[in-house]
Amino acid sequence: MDVADASTDCGDENMTAAGQARSPAPADSVYREVGYWAMVLFCCTEATLFAYLLSSYFYLGVSNTSWPPAGSIVPSLPKPLVMTVLLVSSSVVLVLAERARVTRGPRPYRLGVLVAIALGLGFLTLQVLEYRDKLPSMTPQSSAYASTFYLITGFHGSHVCLGMLILGWTLVADARGLLRGDPPVAVKNASLYWHFVDGVWLVILTCLYLSPRWY
Amino acid sequence: MSSVGGQLHESDAEVTTRLTSLWKAPTTVVAWLATVDHKALGLRYIYTAFAFFIAGGVEAAIIRAQLALPDGHLVSPETYNQLFTMHGVTMMFLFVQPVLSGFSFYLVPLLIGARELAFPRLNSFSYFVFLLAGVFMYASFLTGQAPDAGWFNYAPLSGPMFSAGLNIDFYALGLLFLGISTTVGAANIIVTILTMRAPGMSIDRMPLLLWSSLTMAVAVIFSIPSLTVALGMLELERHWRFAFFQPSLGGSPLLWQHLFWVFGHPWVYIVFLPATGMLSMVIPTFARRPMVGHSLVALATVTTGLIGFGVWVHHMFATGLPQLSMSFFGAASMTVSIPSAIQIVAWIVTMWFGRVVFATPMLFALAFIVQFVIGGISGVMTAAVPFDLQATDTYFIVGHIHYVLAGGTVFGVLAALYYWYPKMVGRMLSERLGKLSFWLVFVGFNVGFFPMHIAGLLGMPRRIYTYPADSGWAAANLTSTVGAYVFAIGLCVTLWNIVRTRFAGAPAGANPWGAASLEWLAASPPERFNFARMPIVSTREPLWTDGVRPGPAWDERRLSPRTSVLDADLEDAVELPDDTIWTVAMSLAALAAVAALLVRWHWLAGGFGVLTLLSAARWMWPTQAPTVETKT
Repeated sequence: MDVADASTDCGDENMTAAGQARSPAPADSVYREVGYWAMVLFCCTEATLFAYLLSSYFYLGVSNTSWPPAGSIVPSLPKPLVMTVLLVSSSVVLVLAERARVTRGPRPYRLGVLVAIALGLGFLTLQVLEYRDKLPSMTPQSSAYASTFYLITGFHGSHVCLGMLILGWTLVADARGLLRGDPPVAVKNASLYWHFVDGVWLVILTCLYLSPRWY
Repeated sequence: MSSVGGQLHESDAEVTTRLTSLWKAPTTVVAWLATVDHKALGLRYIYTAFAFFIAGGVEAAIIRAQLALPDGHLVSPETYNQLFTMHGVTMMFLFVQPVLSGFSFYLVPLLIGARELAFPRLNSFSYFVFLLAGVFMYASFLTGQAPDAGWFNYAPLSGPMFSAGLNIDFYALGLLFLGISTTVGAANIIVTILTMRAPGMSIDRMPLLLWSSLTMAVAVIFSIPSLTVALGMLELERHWRFAFFQPSLGGSPLLWQHLFWVFGHPWVYIVFLPATGMLSMVIPTFARRPMVGHSLVALATVTTGLIGFGVWVHHMFATGLPQLSMSFFGAASMTVSIPSAIQIVAWIVTMWFGRVVFATPMLFALAFIVQFVIGGISGVMTAAVPFDLQATDTYFIVGHIHYVLAGGTVFGVLAALYYWYPKMVGRMLSERLGKLSFWLVFVGFNVGFFPMHIAGLLGMPRRIYTYPADSGWAAANLTSTVGAYVFAIGLCVTLWNIVRTRFAGAPAGANPWGAASLEWLAASPPERFNFARMPIVSTREPLWTDGVRPGPAWDERRLSPRTSVLDADLEDAVELPDDTIWTVAMSLAALAAVAALLVRWHWLAGGFGVLTLLSAARWMWPTQAPTVETKT
């Protein structure tokens, strides 16, 4: 039975509809599962959180005569740029993996997720190395600039961790064949969150690493 | 045609039997804790919020006793600081928002003709986090170190230099914890309203309470993060000496004020708008006619929510900001009065053209309008920068906020309580006690809070623990205290009414007020599954205009219709999860993490954090193997 037909006239007695019709809706509609919208809202509230963090960074910036303040070094670029490459490529891998799931089944998808998690781990390793370089000359306590820098990058790092955990959860559940749907909403959600965390990183890169070079 | 959705020719008895076995009521204590029933949880939300209301009321009673006469010394200045701080924190965070959310969690699925919220387990989690966060903050009294820097907790007073004890940590960690509950609750409400309305309940047929709940929830999603950032920074500064608010290291105390009020002003509308939505349900019912200007009121509600994000600086006019920014924010604050006036005019015109029945809910609604107009006028006064510079930090502001939030929101909640309580428990509240309570509350409120404006104009600063006899504030304060106690007695009458009704009220029946919206279609109290046959809606006032027909039963599994966002065309089914204890486990693990942070055992906190994530992973773990799908 076709859900789309039943839905065109909801005032009709024929509206017996949808109970078992899991395969959602007409392909051209913007149908999404309720769980997907929850993840969208989670990303919205998190994006707002990062927006407030970055606003605080710039607010403190204009309250100081120079920003980063005298005595702090403008953060160097090589490591963050490599980190960017890692994170962006992990997103690309995940997109390809999701497509492969549709065309070639779950096996290549799971491989793709593993690669994305590995790239995320690479990102975190580089972040730890960057902190190790920085900490001797700049601790979070040394200035408001340092505090905001470590808060924003560290908070983002914790989001990468959470993204990896969500991907890992999805991977295990998928490997056990427990996920329903085509593709399962858990798969869509894990990818959405991962892309979101990547997008936030690009904004952080622009604000914390690139923008000090422009003024 | 398959039999999906159930057969229409089946007898009602068969349908009800099957639904009852699908939607079991809890019988053991563990099952009682684990329930995800939006009605059970909504009621628990309301009861818990009222328990905190009583606690906040006791604090207020001590404050008023202290200020009744000049040179009062009932409590020490330190205790007084804790009392007014916890009074504000309790009322703002543990009473009004949770009680309004509780009504939303209870009513939204019924109002939209659904069986549950979109995420029933998330609702259970959100309730337990609310409960535990409140208990956590109140535990501070046991240590004698309750929060004491005011409900908006300005830095650097709240920083490590001037507040060494645990007081502020209770505040910051408690509110961070509570923010989780508020945020997930809001997401639940948004998704439910947008995707699970009964077939045919297109967006222009949505009852107004849904518009205000939706606006409230969206505002929560975008404002809570600001508070989270502020509290996180404060705790980092207190625990590890980060330097966000210290000018000597390039920080700024004003950063706290900006972050707090970017959250705080939308919050004022978050705790106010749902009450206006309640009024827009109560007034048409007792005016016996549809709401006038339905679409305009919906639009005004959304507009108020939006403008709420652009007015935060009016809390900071006295901090030395640039003149231009103050003019801008002053003007923006005044524009809030336009959508508010639209709502008020719509209510009044609805009554004008109706035949008003003066039942208790309607009396509270009328008092809401009167007091909200007074609070609105003092609001426009303080939006004018020159006046605000005179009135800020005086009792005038205390009077203003109480007229809006107590005179507005609390009266709205009381109207809602008298209106919907019969639906929730199946018995009518006593009208005689209700009217007695109303008059005591109405007179007590105005005698109690109006003199605060005068004391403020006479120069009495807020938050002073006592005042000298020759200040000229004694008469206003004594009147306030007498009024406040009358107000409290009036509330006790309502409390007695509620308790008594559980045992002695007259049976309510499905629709005791002859109201128009879908919740009155369900039994009182509703079955666990709300509706045996899922309603199909074709008008805005379905029960008045023959605009609802019973649809299929949806009784193969635990299902509710999934419809499109704008037109509410049927698209699919939402499969609803069953009870779980893991949401309770997760909230307990999170509480343990928060408590470990309080005493600065950071590694232990990390361990409990891991446990929290594990419980989340377990709670969301798919339990059944997927049903075999045959692809066509």
